[in-house]
Amino acid sequence: MINPDAVQHINLKVFVSDAGAIDLADAVGVFHEWIRESVCPEMLIDVADYRHVPAGPGVLLIGHEANYSLDNRENRLGLLYNRKAALEGGFRSRIEQAHRAALVACDRLEQEAPFRGKLKFDRNSLEVFINDRLLAPNSDDTWQALKPQLESYFSGFTVERRGEPRDLFRVSVTKR
Amino acid sequence: MKASNLGWKTQLGDRVPEPLATELDVFDNEIALKKQGKIEDRVFAETRLRRGAYGQRYDNGQRSDGKATRTLNYPSANTKGPGTLWDAPGMQRIKIPFGGLDAPQLEMLADLCEEYSDGIAHITTRQDVQLHFIHIEDTPALMRRLASVGITTREACGNSVRNVTACPIAGVCREQTFDVTPYAKAITYFLLGHPDAQSFGRKFKIAFSGCRENACALVRLHDFGAIAVTREDGGKTRRGFELWVGGGLGPVPQQARLYDEFVPEEEILPVSQAIARVFARLGEKKNRNTARLKFLVSKLGIEEFKKLVAAEREILPYDPRWTDYLKDVASYAEEPLKPPSLLQIDSIRPAGFEKWHANNVYRQRQQGYATVTIALPLGDITATQLRVAADVSRKYLKETVRSTVEQNLVLRWVSEADLPALYSDLKQADLATPVAGTIVDVSSCPGTDTCKLGIASSRGLAGELRMRLASKNAELDEAIGSLRIKVSGCFNSCGQHHVADLGFYGVSRNKNGYTVPHFQVLLGGEWSNNAGSYGLAIGAVPSKRIPETVDRITGRYRAERLQGETFQAFVKRIGKAECKKMLDEFTAVPPHEEDASFYSDWGDPREFTLGDIGIGECAGEVVYPIDFELVAAEREVFEAQLQLEAGNVEKATRGAYESMLHGAQALIKYKFLVAPEDPGKIVDDFRTQFYDTEIFFDPFVRGKFAQDFFRAHEEAGVTRTVETAHQLIEEAQLFIEACYSCYARMTAVPVKATA
Repeated sequence: MINPDAVQHINLKVFVSDAGAIDLADAVGVFHEWIRESVCPEMLIDVADYRHVPAGPGVLLIGHEANYSLDNRENRLGLLYNRKAALEGGFRSRIEQAHRAALVACDRLEQEAPFRGKLKFDRNSLEVFINDRLLAPNSDDTWQALKPQLESYFSGFTVERRGEPRDLFRVSVTKR
Repeated sequence: MKASNLGWKTQLGDRVPEPLATELDVFDNEIALKKQGKIEDRVFAETRLRRGAYGQRYDNGQRSDGKATRTLNYPSANTKGPGTLWDAPGMQRIKIPFGGLDAPQLEMLADLCEEYSDGIAHITTRQDVQLHFIHIEDTPALMRRLASVGITTREACGNSVRNVTACPIAGVCREQTFDVTPYAKAITYFLLGHPDAQSFGRKFKIAFSGCRENACALVRLHDFGAIAVTREDGGKTRRGFELWVGGGLGPVPQQARLYDEFVPEEEILPVSQAIARVFARLGEKKNRNTARLKFLVSKLGIEEFKKLVAAEREILPYDPRWTDYLKDVASYAEEPLKPPSLLQIDSIRPAGFEKWHANNVYRQRQQGYATVTIALPLGDITATQLRVAADVSRKYLKETVRSTVEQNLVLRWVSEADLPALYSDLKQADLATPVAGTIVDVSSCPGTDTCKLGIASSRGLAGELRMRLASKNAELDEAIGSLRIKVSGCFNSCGQHHVADLGFYGVSRNKNGYTVPHFQVLLGGEWSNNAGSYGLAIGAVPSKRIPETVDRITGRYRAERLQGETFQAFVKRIGKAECKKMLDEFTAVPPHEEDASFYSDWGDPREFTLGDIGIGECAGEVVYPIDFELVAAEREVFEAQLQLEAGNVEKATRGAYESMLHGAQALIKYKFLVAPEDPGKIVDDFRTQFYDTEIFFDPFVRGKFAQDFFRAHEEAGVTRTVETAHQLIEEAQLFIEACYSCYARMTAVPVKATA
């Protein structure tokens, strides 16, 4: 039986409206600047560049507590917040934290010089992952346990389970 | 670190076999004890290394952001080795013996790279898999999950027997003598944890090849390389191995020496054990720079080494494992999922199929079957792609997948009529890039992306070359299309640059008051014949001009090659002096204010630094005499190469030694304005001022390059063979590189550390 409050490592991805408008190479410099300026609450460490991998993780800003990335999995570009360190509190506060961190990063990216006027996130088109198969496998049990909390937090949005059993637990969140 | 770490032990239960389960319990305890400060740093470092848990760049908590060196304030002050912070992310190396992978293993790697790493699994040049940015406290759970699908990380790093490699097409190869897979597997598990293989001064690398001519296993760059051969004996065909020992790349590359033309199959394990014993007993232990088997073989000479091994073999207590596995060898065979079939000439071929078929499909010795290469960009594969690889391995094969030393995957036993459908499935997952074995399929070590030893961005350069070459792949003629490019981030050669047609390794140069990333260019290494010969350094070119350099060299080869002339033969014919001329036009570095791009590396916009060296005090046009003197010393090394090429061993030896003297003299003069001329005095001054003070020390190999210089001085006048002269030239080249690095450190503005 899945206990929602034991679930950690919530990931949240906000999709971009027009992926073709930007050059992902610019993200490398932007993320190095973020490390230099310590702009995130997390301790930032390094940048990993996987632009050469099609439909891959894109460009990552590696942090101690969390990674941020311009993620291109499934060829759908978006800002992914990947929470690595465990958090106090319950499921709702953890998803709130991931959501807030992702939105702050989206705001910041949209204002960065190389992206200004070109990069636009669709804050009504999200995906939520739980990056831990032991705590939350992509199963009916997990879905039943987390669905009420997800629907409550994302009220006004449609929350749908996605993926196959081998995938991380994953839901799409779209504005109704 | 993961909240679920402790839960995996219960969850997996007895799916983790013994003795791995107990070993992982021990590792859990060692982590707990280290956190309590009850295990010494050095001991814990070796403990984790032997389990494949490596350090990664910036794990000392210091990182240059391009302007200043900053402290990374990790939460814990604990360490996981000398100067290695507990919370700093590390690399997990996962041994894949002979590259063999099945579907559950591919799926497990997919899960692990998603949950613990950055979503990418990286195939290495030793058929391993590496995951990066892993927290040390996640490693026991990660290892348990691997163990549950039959994978161990034990002895993936450290002074141990590393992953045993073998031809990825062993068993299906048209030219093989016999399938070496069961032998590679037997030696892997025989030596894993073997008491006689626990006391080495350095790592020990083993490879098996099914034939002499092809490159698949690169036998001649291994400590222990075995080539399948047979012998007729009393009307019977006996299996055995042509055994080569003491090969290796690294700063001082050496080709393996022939140990025996025929080691019978029943002797290959006991001989490996005897060699392990001799290496453990007589190999260097204190100086890790001379601790590989190649140095012991050189020191003793191959004949003496053979005598010692034979004597050790005589006294080995009998072990039934030496031959137990042989009863299954004859019947060892992978099975196909489907019956053989031929690719129908009139079948509907998806777009792009023909090119993919030409480059990525190998017709097996078993009629009606093919092996398909999945060419991975820089060895990287995503979790989703790993699952697709698992799916197709179930759909078309009996999960017979292998990783390769060219950082790709191969799918064996595809029934030929399935090729179009398989191509379509792979293409959907971006796994059907038609570049296997071509110049586009560039290999690279991790370099400065994640490696602590990296000098320049090998992956950045490899990615750039791959992108540029792919865009003109269709126009490349066959001779150029089949060349190999390999890139290493430093002289340690993890990218195997010595055996490429065009090899590159990262170095740096002081230019215009800045440190500028460069790559040494090596031409004419031989990939075939099991890494038949190594390329020699021609000269250093700024990193940003390497793509033009590649165009220039390949363009000249295309224009001037003779009918059927290989690249190696072409390089040999035009000579190294002519090769160097080709590079000369690319060595200039424009002033920083004119083009700052030269002062950062590929894929990394930070200003390049070695040890956080920034702009020098005398930025601009000031050039010190040492700049010229080091260039002159470098030229002397090059001239020594030319002498060696011309067969003048004595002149080559003298030239290499004198280049070292002049490099040392340049540093002395830089520091004291005057320097002695007498060689003995130069050595004495250098020792006192640069070696004893450790100013000259490389951060990782410490005083090695200086020691090479001292030895060259002691041996000055000694008659050398072609081989030892070649080695001296390699040492001289690295000594000059070290002089450049030392000079760069001395001229850098001290960078203030900021929190």
